Amino acid sequence: MLSKRIIPCLDIKDGRVVKGVKFLGLRDAGDPVSAAEAYDAQGADELVFLDITASVEKRKTLVALVEKIARNIFMPFTVGGGIGEIEDIRNILNAGAEKVSLNTQAVKFPELISSASKRFGSQCIVVAMDVKKQGDFWEVFVNGGRTPTGIDALVWAEKAARLGAGEILLTSMDNDGTKNGYDIELTRLVCEKVRIPVIASGGAGKLEDFYNVFSDSGADAALAASLFHYGKFSIKQVKEYLNKRGVAVRL
Amino acid sequence: MKIAVIDYGMGNIHSVSKAVEVCGGRVVVTGSREQIESCSKIILPGVGAFDDAVCELERLGLVDFIKEQAEKKPLLGICLGMQLLFESSQEARSGKGLGIFKGKVVKFSSRYGEKIPHMGWNNLSDISEGCPLTRGIKEGEQVYFCHSYYAEPAENDIAAASCVYGVKFACAFSRGNVYGVQFHPEKSQSVGLKIFRNFVESC
Repeated sequence: MLSKRIIPCLDIKDGRVVKGVKFLGLRDAGDPVSAAEAYDAQGADELVFLDITASVEKRKTLVALVEKIARNIFMPFTVGGGIGEIEDIRNILNAGAEKVSLNTQAVKFPELISSASKRFGSQCIVVAMDVKKQGDFWEVFVNGGRTPTGIDALVWAEKAARLGAGEILLTSMDNDGTKNGYDIELTRLVCEKVRIPVIASGGAGKLEDFYNVFSDSGADAALAASLFHYGKFSIKQVKEYLNKRGVAVRL
Repeated sequence: MKIAVIDYGMGNIHSVSKAVEVCGGRVVVTGSREQIESCSKIILPGVGAFDDAVCELERLGLVDFIKEQAEKKPLLGICLGMQLLFESSQEARSGKGLGIFKGKVVKFSSRYGEKIPHMGWNNLSDISEGCPLTRGIKEGEQVYFCHSYYAEPAENDIAAASCVYGVKFACAFSRGNVYGVQFHPEKSQSVGLKIFRNFVESC
């Protein structure tokens, strides 16, 4: 049986791990390779690295970092953050990443999803969406959550899947950093809309939050950052808890 | 032990190479026939589309060459590299596979209600006792999958392990000295490394 996945996320800036609360107030939380090794040892199912570096040197340093990570850990990882060219995708995959995640550039140029999935296969193209509730609809934000797009998240999720995305990384901006639990309603609506895997993100604070998102929304994976970075729970604790409550996990 | 990891522009070369090195193999990443010839084992990795992969192998003059080599030395295909060992794929518009294994590659049907791609950690079952590649792997151990297509072998006796995802499908194959795995051993932590160690030491 396919296991539900627990995925720590590492935000990377200038080669270091940082984590923002509601996308503000970044704090240095360590070296990416040692963080990756620690999560590997804890039994993480996958890792996500989001590069939020803005400098022009970014591409080179990112590929070098991906190579360094792939040399040290033998588990799947996804790399995202400002990726917009087929060439960048190729370099990152060749350097050892399993998947790339596209966000702002995919919203601006949706054909990037189709050309990348045709070239490299849907299974390595993740579309990441940062979503905030606005009245009666969920709006997609780009540029690290700074720019509203007017796009309905459910419409965008469906379109991304149709264009060839292999997975959706769904972040609730309302819940991110609050530790009040995942946005179950948003996650459930997206899971109902698409037939590709969905990673729920934003808001994990308690063990129950993981159980709730898996049992009530149809999510395939749950992502968390600060919860794991600062050691509130280990991945192993989360998985043992889920296993006890009957959720299929890899122990 | 020199092992050629065939580089034909279709991804995940780096992770495969590192995993093989950790398991004691000396890796030569190459697309050249001469260099492949000088190695004692071959790995054909691959991520991407079937047609593109066949085109690249043809461009490098490797299609017939790999078939010849596979008669003389151990060959392991991983993910798309495994699919290429079969005769054809539903994903392909025109390109034919290498045809070392009889059978075809088909897409997961949406009628079983499972999401496509099949992505994540799933259990291995029906593990063949006689196959050196899967030696020491226990029933139920999990490996990492990431694919939308799987192989339907024409000869059932080449299956070395299965997996269930809506449908039961064979996910490891062996015939003679040719092996294939649909999952990613280079991403499957200790279970994956055991498979590479088996390939380096026992295949």
